[in-house]
Amino acid sequence: MTVPAKTSLNPLPLKERMKVPRQAMPEQPAGVRATNFTEVNLGYSPELARQEALRCLECARPACTKDCPVGVKVHEFVQLIVAGDFFAAAAKIREDNVLPAVTGRVCPQEDHCEGGCLMGKKVKPLGVGYLERFVADYEQRMGFRAVPKVPPSGKKVAIVGSGPSGLTVAGDLVQKGHKVRVFEALHELGGVLVYGIPEFRLPKQIIREQLDYMRDMGVEFETDVVVGRTVTIDELIEEEGYDAVFIGTGAGLPVFMNIPGEHLNGVYSANEFLTRINLMKAYKFPTYDEPMLDLHGKDVAVIGGGNTALDAIRSALRLGARKAYVIYRRSEAEMPARAEEAKHAREEGIEFHMLTNPVEFLPEGDGWLGAVRCVRMELGEPDASGRRRPAPIAGSAYEIPLSVAVIAIGTSANPIVQSTTPGLGTDKRGYIQADPETQRTSRKGVFAGGDIVTGSATVILAMGAGRRAAKAIHEYLTSGQW
Amino acid sequence: MFQILHAEFLAPGIKRFLIHAPRIARRQKPGQFVIVRIYEEGERIPLTIERSDPPLGTISIVVQSLGKTTHLLNSLNTGDHILDVVGPLGKPSEIEKFGTVVVIGGGVGTAMAYPTAAALKRAGNRITSIVGARSKELVILEKEMRAVSDVLMITTDDGSYADKGFVTDRLRQLIQNGARIDLVLAVGPIPMMKAVADMTRGENIRTIVSLNPIMIDGTGMCGGCRVLVDERSQFACVDGPEFDAHRVNFDVLVQRNKTYREQERRSMADFQREREARPEDVGKEVCVAEGATP
Repeated sequence: MTVPAKTSLNPLPLKERMKVPRQAMPEQPAGVRATNFTEVNLGYSPELARQEALRCLECARPACTKDCPVGVKVHEFVQLIVAGDFFAAAAKIREDNVLPAVTGRVCPQEDHCEGGCLMGKKVKPLGVGYLERFVADYEQRMGFRAVPKVPPSGKKVAIVGSGPSGLTVAGDLVQKGHKVRVFEALHELGGVLVYGIPEFRLPKQIIREQLDYMRDMGVEFETDVVVGRTVTIDELIEEEGYDAVFIGTGAGLPVFMNIPGEHLNGVYSANEFLTRINLMKAYKFPTYDEPMLDLHGKDVAVIGGGNTALDAIRSALRLGARKAYVIYRRSEAEMPARAEEAKHAREEGIEFHMLTNPVEFLPEGDGWLGAVRCVRMELGEPDASGRRRPAPIAGSAYEIPLSVAVIAIGTSANPIVQSTTPGLGTDKRGYIQADPETQRTSRKGVFAGGDIVTGSATVILAMGAGRRAAKAIHEYLTSGQW
Repeated sequence: MFQILHAEFLAPGIKRFLIHAPRIARRQKPGQFVIVRIYEEGERIPLTIERSDPPLGTISIVVQSLGKTTHLLNSLNTGDHILDVVGPLGKPSEIEKFGTVVVIGGGVGTAMAYPTAAALKRAGNRITSIVGARSKELVILEKEMRAVSDVLMITTDDGSYADKGFVTDRLRQLIQNGARIDLVLAVGPIPMMKAVADMTRGENIRTIVSLNPIMIDGTGMCGGCRVLVDERSQFACVDGPEFDAHRVNFDVLVQRNKTYREQERRSMADFQREREARPEDVGKEVCVAEGATP
């Protein structure tokens, strides 16, 4: 057991801290929240936050910070909560994380800070995510502190994509005095934060507030620019005078199953389904013009077991689906979705069909989806991802009647930037090759990070890449050496 | 925000907009399109770029009033703004010296085919154009098409101008007369493009069509615009919008385009009702194209 430093503000002896139960997150009851798009988690009160913060053991060698892809100084911000200085806690988080209100909500903390928490071996880990969210929301409610203006460096950086990696690069570099302009293909900023993650997990107002703060810091944004079409990276460098470019375009190409019937009306990629609902607010049709199929009384299934799949099916439920299924070819243990989302989904009444794989979409009427034919699977030897490979069980085919199917089995690399940037090295699947330490690509002055390098992953990993890239870009701009 | 520098009706329900969009103007190539969102609550829709003027930083689009969004767009005038215009999107038309190219434009499709016809002409092709419309007043871009065509034929369904009949009648004539045709480009209503494809398939004449599926982002991100080409999915926004007509599954395109029929009808009905309830808006040049979805 570690001994906290003499400067600890935590009045509880260590043994007592472990006895304090993890403070439950207040949430909307499942029956109610399954009918609305309001946020599920309601957030800690200051009392709950302080009570949770008291649980921290203040380890000498904290695993939490080490496991955080952006290096948030967890112990330090938690102790500031204990001291009641929430603004200071926010400032501490902001030293490393430009989007704490986002990460506090959507990070799979069980894979990072909380997964490594020493307490987690015996009792529930420290609620780092909940605490981060509390501090971020508190800061927002009370009004952000002004960011000191830094003298301009005379250098300018173009950032392609306003998703988590791009925003992280922007936030870090603007604080070093560089002029930063973020280019976004869509008409709203935020990337997957805005088109992918639904309102009930990540209210868009939060993104807007974080973006306003970034504007106050001096970051410039330009929407409706598809780099590779509206302007190329070479033009940004040669004609518009950017000294460096960061590519954070995400893995925005939907993957379909290539099974019969995938063209039937009612079969969607998760990207389209979520974009209609989240970005285009089709759940408010006809107040908003972009249409969505009326799901009331209909049976909807999502194929896939990640966060995107759960986001899609929980959205379908909220749009009135009568029955909502998850169809996943592996077992529960292999599902990559965030633990809390899977729990919330079950509570809301989503039915999970594990070890099941679709083989055909069957029509009904004039080109509409009527059912999906599935086969049952069994797990064999591990595949390249380390997870056990599923194999179909002969003769196990059966049909599930459906009106809408959403395919959420992953995404691949959108080629628009790669195909219009000569000399930009990619792997054989089209992802951009970037140095894992510096995020440098094969083109001088061009960096890349996030899903367009790694394939679809998480917000926090994209932000981690953003931090590494910002550091390397700053070094490149100040040293002039590639 | 993109300013409309000039707006004028070319025909009832068909309006041309000159829009200030310097980045798009600089990179536009024939065959490419933009995605437009008029206002905050609006949907995103694709519209082919008719032409661009890079030094002036302008592009022009030609819009036919069909559903709510296009009706709303066509009620905008010189000086108004469109919230979002994104482009240029899609693969540019393949421009080569093919020999003799027959360019077929049906209705507003003529405005979409025009930029490619002009580019093909500049590339040294012999251009035979067939422009079709329902009636005289709906014939558009006659002057422009004449300027880029070696031969220009015009057909009207009702015979009120030039030849009575369909564009396919003239195409059939050309084929029967043994005219040399190296390529056909057809842009217009789906039944027209399908009919052209059926006619040229047996003659082994390479035919390109420009498809119009429903789109949202236009950059390949959502797959909503997927079309079946040789029974495999391709995205019209990044692999198209032009495709080999003989390999396209037109029936699936028609089927997928019906997905939001109910919602489109409802939007349009609400929209009409609103306009009737606010007579002060009547007199704005909003024309309902004949036969449009009610």
